[in-house]
Amino acid sequence: MTAHPTTSRFKDNAHEALGDDQLQKAMLNVRAGFIDKRAAVAAKLPEFEALRDSARDIKNHTLAHLDLYLERYEQKVIEAGGHVHWARTAEEARQIIIDLCQKSDAKIVTKGKSMISEEIALNAALSKAGITPVETDLGEYIIQLRDEAPSHIIAPAVHLNASQVESDFRRVHTHLDADRDLQEPVQLLTEARQVLRDRFLSADIGITGANFLVAETGSSIIVTNEGNGDLTQTLPKTHIVIASIEKLVPTLEDVSQILRVLARSATGQEMSVYTTFSTGPRRATDVDGPENYHVVLLDNGRSSMLGTDFQDMLRCIRCGACMNHCPVYHAVGGHAYGWVYPGPMGAVLTPTLLGVDKAGHLPNASTFCGRCESVCPVRIPLPKMMRHWREAEFSRHLTPATQRFGLAFWAFFAKRPALYKNLTPWLMSLMHLLGRDKGYLRALPLASGWTDSRDFPTPQGGTFQSLYRKQKSNGRAA
Amino acid sequence: MTDQAASRRPIRVGLFVTCLVDLMRPSIGFAALKLLEQAGCSVEVPSQTCCGQPAYNSGDRANSRALAEQVIRAFSHCDYVVAPSGSCAGMIRKHYPELFADDPNLAPKARLLAGKTHELTSFLVDILGVRQVEAKYDGSVTYHDSCSGLRELKVKSQPRTLLASVQGLTLVEMNESEVCCGFGGTFAVKYGEISTAIVEKKTENIANAHTHTLLAGDLGCLMNMAGKLSREGKPIAVRHVAEVLAGMTDEPPIAAPASSTL
Amino acid sequence: MSARADILSNIRRSLGVTGEEAPRLTNVEQRISTAPRGLSVGRSQLPRQGQIDLFKQQAESALASLTELDSYEAVPAAVADYLRSNNLPAALRIGHDPRLDGLDWGSTAIDLLHGPSDGQDMAGLNHAFSGVAETGTLVMTASAENPTTINFLPDYALVVLHEKDITGDYESMWANLRQTYGKGTMPRVVNWVTGPSRSGDIEQVILLGAHGPRRLHILMIKEQD
Repeated sequence: MTAHPTTSRFKDNAHEALGDDQLQKAMLNVRAGFIDKRAAVAAKLPEFEALRDSARDIKNHTLAHLDLYLERYEQKVIEAGGHVHWARTAEEARQIIIDLCQKSDAKIVTKGKSMISEEIALNAALSKAGITPVETDLGEYIIQLRDEAPSHIIAPAVHLNASQVESDFRRVHTHLDADRDLQEPVQLLTEARQVLRDRFLSADIGITGANFLVAETGSSIIVTNEGNGDLTQTLPKTHIVIASIEKLVPTLEDVSQILRVLARSATGQEMSVYTTFSTGPRRATDVDGPENYHVVLLDNGRSSMLGTDFQDMLRCIRCGACMNHCPVYHAVGGHAYGWVYPGPMGAVLTPTLLGVDKAGHLPNASTFCGRCESVCPVRIPLPKMMRHWREAEFSRHLTPATQRFGLAFWAFFAKRPALYKNLTPWLMSLMHLLGRDKGYLRALPLASGWTDSRDFPTPQGGTFQSLYRKQKSNGRAA
Repeated sequence: MTDQAASRRPIRVGLFVTCLVDLMRPSIGFAALKLLEQAGCSVEVPSQTCCGQPAYNSGDRANSRALAEQVIRAFSHCDYVVAPSGSCAGMIRKHYPELFADDPNLAPKARLLAGKTHELTSFLVDILGVRQVEAKYDGSVTYHDSCSGLRELKVKSQPRTLLASVQGLTLVEMNESEVCCGFGGTFAVKYGEISTAIVEKKTENIANAHTHTLLAGDLGCLMNMAGKLSREGKPIAVRHVAEVLAGMTDEPPIAAPASSTL
Repeated sequence: MSARADILSNIRRSLGVTGEEAPRLTNVEQRISTAPRGLSVGRSQLPRQGQIDLFKQQAESALASLTELDSYEAVPAAVADYLRSNNLPAALRIGHDPRLDGLDWGSTAIDLLHGPSDGQDMAGLNHAFSGVAETGTLVMTASAENPTTINFLPDYALVVLHEKDITGDYESMWANLRQTYGKGTMPRVVNWVTGPSRSGDIEQVILLGAHGPRRLHILMIKEQD
């Protein structure tokens, strides 16, 4: 787990990632695995774009009434026999969960995939308290064996290839035959299934996240393909749901609307394999399911995002489409972002959680190509929000000095058209002379970021405006 | 003849050439001028510098507003504002209203200007109804869809419609033509390594299209791709789409020497 | 102040509200009591047979297999066939659903094991509450009759579904569920199941049978005329 964020070292992280051949090869899977599938499945549903609007509107409505929906949700959970715990901070959430574990004398805790668990660094805290957390999502299990953070919010191990997984399994599963064949991914899957099956059956507590919380019924919802979340929450005596407050939706109908865009945007499936609505603990009429049902509602700065430029970010349903379509994410992978949330959604969310002074690179490391926004199922204006962060940095003088200077220099001339008009033709003609023979310059002062790897085209000489006025005064027909 | 051209007063277009075209490649400005005049517009070139986008995207609202005000003052008398760039047209069309949203004096002016600002090829096709140009270009071309034009202004079919009418020209689509080239304004310098990794994928896709020429509608992206193709030694002519549509391809391609045979 | 009070008051401060405003309370009350259906999806707005065909097609494209049966009484023989053709032992985990219990299992060689699954079962059978045509999704509800563990632990999950319980879309299914369980009341667990378990976590290649069933087989009972 990355207890210590490396967001401030983004450039170094990116440099390493760009030189990592294995990672670069793995990142090609993102394009093939996600982009084409999403496009195909979206094309099969004529209402897809309208459903995105609908999903956005549902989340907006919920956020505008969040206090009331939370109260309503809590009441319904209690009516169903569950317990609701409120956590202002990551620390409070960790403490609540550890207390619950200790009260029931839990030794082994199975876990469904939860980004909130990553956000609050729950595994490290559990281990420290003498409780063994076992990640059960295959990707999360693999990265837990490697003591890594997820590099993608829905495909945590997307940065790895099968042979890396094989060597991790051989290193950790020492009770199995050393000569077993693990060449094929399906053999790896089978082995993980066997190893984790025992864990599911012996766990004392199961912890899952929640994709949604339904105010109408007090239900928590998880969406998975593996079924690991269901085994996590069905088999142990106690089920703990850890969810942030913005996961609320009003009704079952509302969540159905959003589910129609979630899997399609995430994996390109029409629907994920398992969508599970859980409401309270085991009842008198049940023969299985947890005897205790707890929900930990985490704020961790979200209530303060409401009413600000960043409120729209709270619509996010964690599908990963933004990173799947991001050229920067494709280039450097998720770990370069240095914390839990990578890609465009991370570039907006991470500064709110860690502070823009620590995570300032993230909203800057974007070309603003807008592809993230174009695929976001709840239409979060991600580039606009990254720009808001840049504004915050600029006004707090966190923007690097060279960039500030360059901008100020440019703006000085651009704001003085007369000076600009007089100076630029000479300057451009001079640059033209310098690179005329080849048509480009191989180096430019202050722009090595460009010229280290690219030539800089030589200007044609003069400026359009000066040439145009010359032509006009020479009697060109207007 | 288009409807507008047939009406009594020709429509007055203010040509916003963009600072990059003004400084780096005036021939694009002249090509745009020719295309607009051929379509029957009366074109003027108000004194101009920069739309303010570099400042805007760097978080410098004060300077972006100052530059935006300058553009609003210089162009508000025109019937339309046309730029040979999806990025700068997008700045005026999509972001000026946002920039002045809290300014009761300038907000209406910004909205007015935004409403009449267009990228060049979409202005010709969508507003003027132009479907054909008088031009000839011998060779195959591939077209990169620059991000702002594509996603903010929905420029996709318009340049292709016009290119289809150019005699001798064949368009070959590259893979991932809608994926960013890695330019991103100051991003290309601030995060040069990442920008390079992105443009490398782009030049690979360009090369795999096996065309003589690469075209796009934004000079920033073109300089990025041309600079990379040049450094990689890939002999592909790079031009702004307006140059080809106007039949003005005497100037050497971007990043090619004066003696270029491309 | 408690964390709860703190969080709620911070939300209200950020939104600029007190929590007492009548219009906001009404909005929430109405939204929950009327539960508007939202945008409907055209693909499932079909005549009855069209919905049934769509369900089959969608379930199969989610990699479930499906057999149509003329009557409920045909279930034991169909299960026996399925077990045999997959080289599985003649043993089946089921709950206490009277509909399944009432069948003539004695005519087959199948050993019935009643109650929740303990993770040792190769095959299990539950009776679905509903099927949703738009994505070929089975809807399972938790109870002693149909324990949740049977949906997840056996390698082969078999599910009986009445054709008449197929709805076009999720919203129609919720309407039926509310009729059965009452508005605002949910079974402890509602499982939507769309195909067998899978994972793409190794090199983004989809493999079946991650933690849940490797195969999902639907026995669909035709409507009696």
